[in-house]
Amino acid sequence: MDKSSNKKVLEVKNLFVRFGDDLIIDNLSFDVAKGEHLTIIGPNGSGKTTLFRALIDTIPHQGEVIWALDTIIGYIPQKLDIERNVPLSLYDFLQSKNSGLKGIGDGEIKDCLKLVNLPEDILGKPLGALSGGQFQRALVTFALIGSPTVLLFDEPTAGIDQPSEEQIYDTLHRLQDERGVTIITISHDLSLVHRHAHKVLCLNRRKICYGLPEEVLDKQTLSRLYGTEHHKFFHHIHDK
Amino acid sequence: MTNNELLSIILAAITALVSGVVGSFALMRKMALAGDALSHVALPGIGVALIYSLNPAIGGGLALLVGAILIWKIERVTNLNTEAIIGVLFAVSLAAGGLLIESEHELEEALFGGVATVTVNEFIAGVAVAVLSLWFLLRNRHALVLSLISKDLAKTAGVKTETQQLYFLLIFSITVILGLKFLGVLLMGSLIIIPAATARNVTQTLSGMLATASCTALIAVLGGFAARALVETALGPSIISIAGLMFFISLLARRA
Repeated sequence: MDKSSNKKVLEVKNLFVRFGDDLIIDNLSFDVAKGEHLTIIGPNGSGKTTLFRALIDTIPHQGEVIWALDTIIGYIPQKLDIERNVPLSLYDFLQSKNSGLKGIGDGEIKDCLKLVNLPEDILGKPLGALSGGQFQRALVTFALIGSPTVLLFDEPTAGIDQPSEEQIYDTLHRLQDERGVTIITISHDLSLVHRHAHKVLCLNRRKICYGLPEEVLDKQTLSRLYGTEHHKFFHHIHDK
Repeated sequence: MTNNELLSIILAAITALVSGVVGSFALMRKMALAGDALSHVALPGIGVALIYSLNPAIGGGLALLVGAILIWKIERVTNLNTEAIIGVLFAVSLAAGGLLIESEHELEEALFGGVATVTVNEFIAGVAVAVLSLWFLLRNRHALVLSLISKDLAKTAGVKTETQQLYFLLIFSITVILGLKFLGVLLMGSLIIIPAATARNVTQTLSGMLATASCTALIAVLGGFAARALVETALGPSIISIAGLMFFISLLARRA
């Protein structure tokens, strides 16, 4: 990981997101350095996915979201609502990224498939025929096309089995080591935070904690974030 | 067969190819019903053109382009979906057109088409517009696909979904204008949607869908002209009946 320059890739200042009268994100500020892995945690409805959508500027927001000039974002949404009978193959889906980033060749698509361990022969399969795990990895492949400098993963390993999950995190670590890619993930799994993240942001509409996981994730913080039932889980992961 | 009739068949065939491609994207964008109804927005424009003795295609075309921009704008401002907006515009346009067009014959022609000849100027303009539309759609197919899959993914890939939606509505309107003479406002939407729906039953890839929809539309149009020549049936209803028949056949071959 290249953090020597400590160059900021993302700076968020006083971010507010409202849906009507509902304040979803309340005065949030944080920043992310190049090559860092930040994980955002918080209960359901705490504004994690909304934060991502504000970061990629697809919802109205107030405050500042400043990306470094050379930033190329690869985004992996939690899910996509695609009709099962939509007449699109995996190849059609991956090629569609060509619309914004011209000149994506089949070679790059195949390289990205290899990174997530998807065989080339499923490129012709209809999207609706992919299994849940294959589709999840197809989304990761889509994000990796175009050599992103930042990856935004919304629950990157939800719905896939343990070996595939490890594979995806191995890929992430390799991208960080080899290309200095910055990673921001949303996760429900606290054990993943301790295993993989450099920094953690606890979000429940506003910032509950932010910093190194071993320093900021204590009992009191998790109680404030989730409620008392997470105490047991906190002990469990530290007893390992 | 006169030269003008031949030009008319060639223009109708090219219009069919564009219809197949436009319809495929309309169907994937869940605009099947809305798309069908959008063509009716031409009716008041045709009415006004007839009152001022202008070419009805120009009046209908202008009304459609204004309608498309209106739909796009209302959608952005109100967050209503395209289907709801077009549903309202459709009913109002049909009513306004019925009031404006006084002659029953002209109203019937505007609704059902049936004109099987075009002038040389209409042919040249029509072919130019059709080829440009086809070129635009094929060149932008990736952006159109991505913007219908996910606005978020499109944004991170540098695609402006709102602009794509406007372009698509405009191309849709242009395609309707191309087919107005042959099919009228009531049936032209069907030539866009039915072949695409047929293709979706039997194909699983984008290129397969675009090619099958265009071929289906082409067969329907040529079949319609043939039926008109051989058994003197009305052109518009013949074309759409053949397209409908092909849709029902495709249901039998529908993939699981």
